[in-house]
Amino acid sequence: MDLPKPEITELARPYWDALQQGHLVFQRCGCGQAWLPARPECPACLRPGAPWERASGRGTLLSWVVYHTAYHPAFADRLPYHVALVQLEEGPRLLTRILDGPARLTGDAPVELQVSHEGEVALATFRLAAAAA
Amino acid sequence: MSLSGRSVIAGIGHTAFGKLPGRDTLSLNVEACREALNDAGIDKSLVDAVFVKVPTSAHQFMYGQKVAEALGIAPRIGGAWDQGGAANITLLSFAVMAIEAGQCDVALVCYADNPRSGNRAVYARPRGDDALYGWFSTAAGYAMIHRRHVIEYGTPPEAFGAVALASRRHGAGNPWAQLRKPLTMDEYLASPWVVDPLRRDDCALVSDGGAALVVMSARRARELGVAQPVPVLGFGHGQTSFELPQRASLTRTEAARAAATAFAMAGVRPQDVDVAQLYDCFTVTVLMTLEDYGFCRKGEAPAFVADGAIEHGGRLPVNTSGGLLSETGMPGLQLVMEGVRQMRGTARLQVPGAKLCAVSNQGGTMHTHSTLLLGN
Repeated sequence: MDLPKPEITELARPYWDALQQGHLVFQRCGCGQAWLPARPECPACLRPGAPWERASGRGTLLSWVVYHTAYHPAFADRLPYHVALVQLEEGPRLLTRILDGPARLTGDAPVELQVSHEGEVALATFRLAAAAA
Repeated sequence: MSLSGRSVIAGIGHTAFGKLPGRDTLSLNVEACREALNDAGIDKSLVDAVFVKVPTSAHQFMYGQKVAEALGIAPRIGGAWDQGGAANITLLSFAVMAIEAGQCDVALVCYADNPRSGNRAVYARPRGDDALYGWFSTAAGYAMIHRRHVIEYGTPPEAFGAVALASRRHGAGNPWAQLRKPLTMDEYLASPWVVDPLRRDDCALVSDGGAALVVMSARRARELGVAQPVPVLGFGHGQTSFELPQRASLTRTEAARAAATAFAMAGVRPQDVDVAQLYDCFTVTVLMTLEDYGFCRKGEAPAFVADGAIEHGGRLPVNTSGGLLSETGMPGLQLVMEGVRQMRGTARLQVPGAKLCAVSNQGGTMHTHSTLLLGN
C-alpha cells in the first residue's frame, strides 16, 4: 500500500520545494518568532507573510517513539518503526525519522539533516551527528 | 466573592461501561441523566440547563440540542462543548457560574460515547503531513511525552507501573468496571509494547457508556431536600492549545495552572487533599499531574508513587474506582462521580474520614486540563 502523501498547499510549497533541493527551510517572522510547519500568520505578533529561511540542518533529538502497532496499513510491513521529535538549532521543532534507527538513540543527542526520498516525496530526516561525522 | 462551596453536585448517574452494541450516544446520555435525576431525587421539570460534552468518536452538528431534545428539556442555557476529556469539569464549572449568574437553576452535565462498539478511528487518525513519517494515534503523543519524562528525570518503568497497578487493583472489585483484573509489577513489565515506551497496560480502555451530574446551588439543594449534596469547593483550567511538537516543554502541563486556580478558589493546599481521582488516559499523565498539582516536586513522582502510596490505604489513594485504566475508558466523568462518592462516604473503597478530593480531567495530548476540588 502507498505511503500517505503530503498535502502541498501554496503556503507550504516552499518547504517541499526546498527539500527537493536537499535543504530544510522554516518560517521566521520579522518579530523574531521562528516555526514549522507553515502558518499564514505569525503566532507571536499575528502578522502575515513570514519569509522562509534555510536551516543549518543541525538539531537535537528531544524524544522518540517506536511503533509496534500499525495504525495505517502502509506502515504494517515497516513495524517496528520509529518517529522522532527534533528541535532545530534555530528553534523550530518537527517530527521526523533518525536514519540510524531507534536502537542507538539517546535523549538530547545532536543530529544533522539528511534528506530522504520516498518515491517522489523528499522528506526531512536526520542522522546522529556523531555517525555523520 | 468566591463561588467556593456555593454550588453542589446533587446527583450522579451512569450507564453500564464496556461494550454496549446497539446503543447510540443519545440513548446513553438519556439513561445517565435519568439515573442522575433519580440519585438527586428531583424531577426532570426542574432542569433548565443541559451542558453536554461532544462524543469524542462521533461529532455531530448541534449535538447539545439533540441531547436536550432526547431528554424532553427546553434549556435556558447549554449546548455542546469540545475540549477533549477536560470538557467535563469545564462544563461543571460553567454550570456553577451560570447558576451563580442567575442564568439557570438546575443543570445537567452529561457525556456519552460508543467508540468500542462504534467507530474508534478518531484515536488512530493521521496528524497532518506528519503522517508521512507514520505519526498516527493518540497513544504516540503520550509515548513521546513519556520518553521525555524518562530522559529528563530518569523515571523508571516501575513508576509508570505503580500507576497501572493502583487503578487495576482498585477496579478489580468494582462491579461496574470494564477490566476487573488486578495487575502485578511483573505482568506490567512483561506487557507488550503498543508504541514504545507505552506498554498495553499504560493505556486507557476503549469503552462505550454515559454519565451525568445534576448541579444546583447549595441553597436550592436544601430547599429540594437533596439527600447527599457534595459541595464544589474549587475549579480551574489551563490550555496550551499548541500541538505537541510546538510546545517549549513536554514535561510541564496545564495541570499546574488549572490546579493553582482551583486551590486558590477553595483556599486549600495540595497537602490538604485526602483522596484524588487523576485522569489516567496513560500512566505518564498521572505522574505529571501529581507533580504539577504540587503533591510532589517535578521529577519526584517515582518516589511519591512507590510502595503502594497511591493505592487504597496509602498516603494519597488515587483512582479509587479504577479510573480510565480499569473502570472505563470514558474520558473523565467516572472520576468526578467517584469523587462524589468519596465525599459522600459511600465509595466501595472509601478513604476513611476523607474531606477533600481533587479530580483532574485532561483533553487531547495534554492540550487542555481542568481541576475540580470537592468537599463534604
